[in-house]
Amino acid sequence: MTSMTYALGDSATMTRRNLRRLLRYPSMTVLLVGMPIVFLVLFVYVFGGQLSHGLNATLAGGHAGRAGYLNYVTPGVLLLAVAAAVQGTAIVVAMDMTGGIIDRFRTMAIARSAVLTGHVLASLIQTLASLAIVIVVAIALGFRPTAGLVAWLAAIGVLGLFSFALVWLATALGLAAKSIETASNTPMFLTLLVFLGSGFVPTATMPAGLQQFARYQPFTPVTETLRGLLTGTPIGSNAIAAIAWSIGLAAVSYFWAIHLYRHRKPT
Amino acid sequence: MTSARPPAIVVSGVRKSFGEQVVLDGVDLTVAEGTVFALLGPNGAGKTTMIRILSTLIAPDAGRLRVAGHDVVDDPDEVRATIGVTGQFSALDELLTGMENMRLMADLNHLGSAGRARVDELLDRFGLADAAHKPVSTYSGGMHRRLDLAMTLVGSPRVIFLDEPTTGLDPGSRRTMWESIRVLVADGITIFLTTQYLDEADELADRIAVLDHGRIVAEGTSDELKRRIPGGHVRLRLATPSALRAVADLLDSASCDEEELQVEVATDGTVASLRQLLGLLDDAGVEVEHLSIHNPNLDDVFFAVTGRPTEEALALP
Repeated sequence: MTSMTYALGDSATMTRRNLRRLLRYPSMTVLLVGMPIVFLVLFVYVFGGQLSHGLNATLAGGHAGRAGYLNYVTPGVLLLAVAAAVQGTAIVVAMDMTGGIIDRFRTMAIARSAVLTGHVLASLIQTLASLAIVIVVAIALGFRPTAGLVAWLAAIGVLGLFSFALVWLATALGLAAKSIETASNTPMFLTLLVFLGSGFVPTATMPAGLQQFARYQPFTPVTETLRGLLTGTPIGSNAIAAIAWSIGLAAVSYFWAIHLYRHRKPT
Repeated sequence: MTSARPPAIVVSGVRKSFGEQVVLDGVDLTVAEGTVFALLGPNGAGKTTMIRILSTLIAPDAGRLRVAGHDVVDDPDEVRATIGVTGQFSALDELLTGMENMRLMADLNHLGSAGRARVDELLDRFGLADAAHKPVSTYSGGMHRRLDLAMTLVGSPRVIFLDEPTTGLDPGSRRTMWESIRVLVADGITIFLTTQYLDEADELADRIAVLDHGRIVAEGTSDELKRRIPGGHVRLRLATPSALRAVADLLDSASCDEEELQVEVATDGTVASLRQLLGLLDDAGVEVEHLSIHNPNLDDVFFAVTGRPTEEALALP
């Protein structure tokens, strides 16, 4: 076998290990998948009736009242699910780095990238599974996307790419954290960014300063792209911005994570 | 040592500091292939740092190290392919079972279909076959260490580093660990271990080096080293101060503790010397309340080779 096939094999081994760990530690997964579902139910049934009054027919996907708000908010809740899932990534990476087994890996002749790739792939699979659950729940509650097959595939692509970027970012945050507690706190700003964008209410209703911030932070174009693909709202330049943000974030986070991993002091 | 084969480990002039603190201050070592080498020293002497450098975890500030003919700094991957490391702290995946931990090692060593047989054989050899499908978090301390060592062996390393392999184990588990280590030696594996315990080094090692404050202060076989250590002593507790004075007058080499009514008498540990001592006491008609024999320990080694008990050595039990 060549070193390239070794690298792929080692990454696959590490991914299997991390998925197995997630299954053995299900309470965290349940909590992180449950969080966006609780928000979905809360926003649709508690705030939805009121918030739907601020939506025009296009934003509401042609539905009125609560059903219209459900159509509007689902893309935001999907991004909330991504933000919650990668919080788990930071925690499991920090758990791994503070345990003894990482030093064992570092004294073995395994592909250098395999430890981090294993975490990223396992987290990505977990995030996509979490997104599938949230979509099923949203549809069960009455979410009626207008997307055809191509638009669905594009939406999955956008979600996958953005998740990939945030998983790498969370991996770096998990590596940078001195303790597991820190690692569970630092990615929380991602959850906040969903709210400080167009995830739950149109940004036009926000005060000017916040509107500016919302317009230029990554979650807004991703939310708008998803909303457009799933419910037919206008996308405009948001698609380009969403893809650019995802690739940029992934690249910066990747190099940051690799740097942190290589220069990490042994426990 | 007239072995024609190159040494398994060669260390020369290795230095390492963490900030202001000098941890290794010019260490030179040679370990012949297929032998057991023990690095003996108290906590904080630099033992773990030495293992971390040899096992490619951290880089030295200066000096050269070769393991199985490969330079540790220049060819870390070559070194990693040859070595196995069992650290002081458990390097297991607590969420997985013993079997899953072992299979992980087999996969990372690219053993393919041969991996399963190797894993089963090692689990059996280390008495872990029955617990193989239980999560590691339910294992006892001794089982943790055995699994740790078994995982190290999956890749059939030629050189093994063991950092304080029995620290914190009960005497039974300690014996079992020693047995496991002896089996490895029989397989021709080179073993570099660190320990705080003289008896452990004595039991296992062909050569012993004493590390103190980052320097090797003594090196040799167990016998060579013991000759530099003063023998043990006999401690006598007496009933009255007058009896204490009588013993002190009788034995020049004794050191007295008047408050505790105790006398320490140097001995080489032979039955003859003990018989002689008891004869002297009988002849003088001294009533001894209690007698105990003390063997040389790490404190004594330190005292002998450094001329002072180290702070850390004093802190040892």
